[in-house]
Amino acid sequence: MIEIEGISKRYGETTVVRDVSLTIAPRTVTVIVGTSGSGKTTLLRIINRLVEPTSGTIKLDGEDNRSLPDYELRRRIGYAIQGHGLFPHRTVAQNIATVPTLLGWDRARIEAKVNELLTLFQLDPVAFGPRYPHELSGGQQQRVGVARALAAEPKVLLMDEPFGALDPIIRAKAQDDLLAIQKHFETTIVLVTHDMEEAFHLADRIAVMDKGEVVQYATPAEMLVKPATVFVESLIGAGERPFRLLAIDTVADAVEPGVAEGEAIASSASQREALSMLLWSGRKALPVVGPDGAVIGKVSLDGLAQRAAGPT
Amino acid sequence: MLRLPTLFRLLAFAVLIAFLVQPQWFEPLLRPLVQENAPAIYNQGSLLQLTLLHLRTVAIATAGATVVALALAILVTRRSGAEFLPLSRSLVNIGQTFPPVAVLALAVPIFGFGEKPTLIALFLYGLLPIFENALTGLTTLPPSIMEAARGTGMTGRQRLMKIELPLAMPVILAGIRLSVVISLATATIGSTVAARTLGEVIIAGLQSNNLAFVVQGGLIVAVLAVLIHDALQAAERSLGSRMGR
Ligand SMILES: Nc1ncnc2c1ncn2[C@@H]1O[C@H](COP(=O)(O)OP(=O)(O)O)[C@@H](O)[C@H]1O
Ligand SMILES: [Mg+2]
Repeated sequence: MIEIEGISKRYGETTVVRDVSLTIAPRTVTVIVGTSGSGKTTLLRIINRLVEPTSGTIKLDGEDNRSLPDYELRRRIGYAIQGHGLFPHRTVAQNIATVPTLLGWDRARIEAKVNELLTLFQLDPVAFGPRYPHELSGGQQQRVGVARALAAEPKVLLMDEPFGALDPIIRAKAQDDLLAIQKHFETTIVLVTHDMEEAFHLADRIAVMDKGEVVQYATPAEMLVKPATVFVESLIGAGERPFRLLAIDTVADAVEPGVAEGEAIASSASQREALSMLLWSGRKALPVVGPDGAVIGKVSLDGLAQRAAGPT
Repeated sequence: MLRLPTLFRLLAFAVLIAFLVQPQWFEPLLRPLVQENAPAIYNQGSLLQLTLLHLRTVAIATAGATVVALALAILVTRRSGAEFLPLSRSLVNIGQTFPPVAVLALAVPIFGFGEKPTLIALFLYGLLPIFENALTGLTTLPPSIMEAARGTGMTGRQRLMKIELPLAMPVILAGIRLSVVISLATATIGSTVAARTLGEVIIAGLQSNNLAFVVQGGLIVAVLAVLIHDALQAAERSLGSRMGR
């Protein structure tokens, strides 16, 4: 649990973060969005004290983040940044081993952890461990950057536009991998992005920042249905709203009794994917199959249309 | 496979060693430079010994300059030492602009004739390139890497030792290389105040109007400078290429 209480940061006359209070539940993904210069990075860096706030407190699991030296705090919090920040003179394995080495883990434990993470990120430890960062592709470097941030098994992972430098296909894959890894390690993730698509894809809760203030902190569904300000509404993009709403829930939540013809869709797919398949195949309804492959009902165009409708 | 320039350097090194150990082999080559009965090969001491003493003087002065310049550069690039940056810059600049000959002239009355005044002159003269390069290296590190170093929880000292110095090392080495090459040439003037360097050979040649002495003294220094320069540059390159530069 991360409790951010009344955090403000001023540089001279300008306030870049203004009286922000957020409570972030453990094992969730919170995404901070907002236009460039709205104070997202500053807020994130206040959590691991790369920036000292002008006022306010931050508690991690009830403990003030100033109760131990800043470097010790940072060894407990994973931190991944855009452009990965890998150390160019150290191998991939040495990069990942950075924090465990600082913490004084023994060699065997470090090696096991490095191998585990490389394997988890689909990089062969034998082939990639001894390489230098410049010998990797952008997507591979980014994965190593996240692996390094996770190496000491932090409960909290801070990420500042971690996928910003990746092309769209690799980015989508990196996002799915991140969600899988978050489930695996039960990490609490706070991620900064200016990509709304990414925010809705990853977030349990979204915090929207505007000129240093958090103007809304809500689940994606709440935010779509009840945007707090005109700014939030414009950030979401009026034209995208029904599709974002459908993207949140799975087909399992929209199953109706009955039968339908043609190719089936998995109940774990998003409702947006079901809508897309309905429109593309020109059908009124699709059969839905459960995890075991058995047909459990249908999903219909009319049903989805109702779900995609905003409040009237 | 050895590349041609490498072969060339190995050859130059072999010729240099041969000349230092068996100078009389080269006597016919130098003979045309001198009058009938004058000696063509330096005969007032061992060329090998002078070369080793010359290298020793340069090594001691450069080591001292490296330690001081690097320590100074580290100090002024820490947050607590930033206010000393302008002061140390001007001090080091004075060391560079003050002519080595003048340093010798001032140092002799204090330290007497011999190696000491030369060491002081070379030390002062060698500070600037090392200091400036170390400063450049330590202040132009990529911000994302420095941010990552802080973010992983390294202390200031750990960042310096594990990240900043290794990353700046190629640039620092380039400064040391410049300093060494300058010192190799400048050390010759030390012989005017009785330091044992290859300058003795050149001065003896000037005094007795012996062109062969001047040429052999100058050539040994020049070949040493080129070989040491290239060796240090190769070290910088191999460090740099590992980091993908
Ligand atoms: N060290 C600093 N000194 C002065 N102003 C800063 C500093 N760091 C950030 N700022 C300013 O604070 C504002 C918010 O920056 P930032 O948190 O990086 O925004 P974001 O990540 O949302 O783009 C910007 O206007 C930026 O110029
Ligand atoms: Mg930012």
